[in-house]
Amino acid sequence: MNLAAKDIQHNFGRFALTTLGVGMLLMVVMGMGGIYRGIVEDATILVDRVGADLWIVQRNTKGPFAEVSRVQPNLVHRVLAVPGVQASREFAYYTIQRENRGKQLRIAVLGLSWPTDKGEWVTLIAGRLLTQNHFEMIVDESLGIHLGETIKLGKETYTAVGITKGMLSLNGDGLAFVTLPDALAIQFDTPGESIRLERAAREGRGEVSELVLKQPTLLDQAAKPSGDLPAIARPQLSAVLVTLASGTDLDQVVNIISGWGDVSVYTKEGQRQLLLKGMVEKVRRQIGLFRVLLTVIAAIIMALILYTMTLDKIHSIALLKLIGAPNRVILGLIMQQALVLGVLGYCIAYTIGQKVFPMFPRRVILTQTDLLQLAGIVLLISVVSSLLGIWKAMNVSPNEALA
Amino acid sequence: MSKKETKNDLAIETLGLTKIYGSGNTEVVAMKDASMQVHNGEVVALLGPSGSGKSTFLAAVGLINPPTSGKVFIGGQLTLDGGEAYTNLRSFRRHHIGFIFQKSNLIPFLTAVENVQIALELNGETPRAGRKRAMELLDYLGVADRADNLPSMLSGGQQQRVAVARALANRPSVILADEPTAALDSSRGRQVMELFAQVAHEQGAGVIVVTHDHRALDIFDTIYEMEDGLMQRKIQHAESSV
Repeated sequence: MNLAAKDIQHNFGRFALTTLGVGMLLMVVMGMGGIYRGIVEDATILVDRVGADLWIVQRNTKGPFAEVSRVQPNLVHRVLAVPGVQASREFAYYTIQRENRGKQLRIAVLGLSWPTDKGEWVTLIAGRLLTQNHFEMIVDESLGIHLGETIKLGKETYTAVGITKGMLSLNGDGLAFVTLPDALAIQFDTPGESIRLERAAREGRGEVSELVLKQPTLLDQAAKPSGDLPAIARPQLSAVLVTLASGTDLDQVVNIISGWGDVSVYTKEGQRQLLLKGMVEKVRRQIGLFRVLLTVIAAIIMALILYTMTLDKIHSIALLKLIGAPNRVILGLIMQQALVLGVLGYCIAYTIGQKVFPMFPRRVILTQTDLLQLAGIVLLISVVSSLLGIWKAMNVSPNEALA
Repeated sequence: MSKKETKNDLAIETLGLTKIYGSGNTEVVAMKDASMQVHNGEVVALLGPSGSGKSTFLAAVGLINPPTSGKVFIGGQLTLDGGEAYTNLRSFRRHHIGFIFQKSNLIPFLTAVENVQIALELNGETPRAGRKRAMELLDYLGVADRADNLPSMLSGGQQQRVAVARALANRPSVILADEPTAALDSSRGRQVMELFAQVAHEQGAGVIVVTHDHRALDIFDTIYEMEDGLMQRKIQHAESSV
């Protein structure tokens, strides 16, 4: 006869509610781990998928995901000249906040080096890739922009031609893919009045310039649009992505580019580690500590629940001792209930989590390793938390049955 | 006396049992030099006012609360010598002693039949055989129709009969009952006492019953009385005038 099952059956309502509570607590522990995995996935998804062997960024910076990185547009050609480089692409990346249909929208904009890079590495769930150099965009579904919908960014209107899923920035903002010229146009968009004021200021500075005094016709040039002025450079890129020819010695290419004074170069893994160690490390520690705290709290709560459950049947335990039940029967009664509580709590956590986690604003990824690890921890805390109840049961005297 | 010393003709024998609680100024002598012999098949009544030490004596004989000094023999085997146990007391209780209390003391989360069955399963009976024997006992005691009810759904008398069934389940050589008929009407009380006598005579068990019910004293073979911790009188049934 299974005494644990009989006791649970007798107090089913209370046990079910208790298990539900423990399950909800374990769901939070499970969710915290899933949030961490989601952050890591979000942080590295671009680096993993974009298919670059090397990332060339502004000298002494850690790249566009960590900080502002500016490199000259002509760097893409310089890199292409390095032996072993098969292709080089321009890359622009930044985050903007705009209003769409009355809602604040944070968009991580990524400029694709179209037509070299049409975004083939992006997995679409609807629509198509970019087919023209301007005014088209691929957006992540998390942004809430529908296929065919238009959105005004800067002075232009862009049409969503493709929808992706799970393409998020490190901060959890949905990605929008546009061509590089469009990305730079959005990033460096300046209001008309500001441009006019700059031209006027340029003219004013020219009037007192010694060069203009010697060559007055230069003053006419100052009033022209910036793009017509050869002295003013094109907007700068965030990075240049390099694809190496097969069989190329990666280190050799890195050594060559590292010798250039204006850029730093990272391998794909290097950039990945920078993201993980630089941006995710604190989050990892914070979530890790929360998980430990929640696990300890879960263990304490389970211990108190099991202790209370033991106290509730202490008279029966004394009676069992009186009629000669060996310790293993009493230990089994408490331990089995602890394990049932833990296992059912875990199952509840998993089942509810599957329904609830997709509603979270950030991605929650439950990996098999994490789930197995948590299952092991739950079994362990079930055993440990039953010790208090077992200790109480072992110390109760059969005399108490006579009281 | 050596550990192997036995007295095979006696179901229960106690020699000079003394129980002292506390020490110094707070010392209380609950039982003093209490000796008793119960033969196989003998039914003994233990009378006495509240606080006289009856329950203390029963707890010592039942190997629940060892005496401060004195010896307890069960089935001729030395089991307790003062606080020193000469056997695994819990295992010994399981195999040889049946308990019945004033309150039925049933396990609340087990049905009537399961309360009896658990005692059998603890003694190594299979669940199927245990249930069969438990049902037979409940039938014998007239509560088979309530076998699947929880104790909370039974009357006091029905609960007590289930407790009696549990005590008899393993055919113990010793039955200890502490005011078992207190919750029963006089008719049921007498039936239970007769049942003890029947079990004692049929199984050869030694039975000690602590009771206040003087109407059923004719059933007992021997009557002891305790007062102030002393086992004062011993009355053979024939000479009982209580």
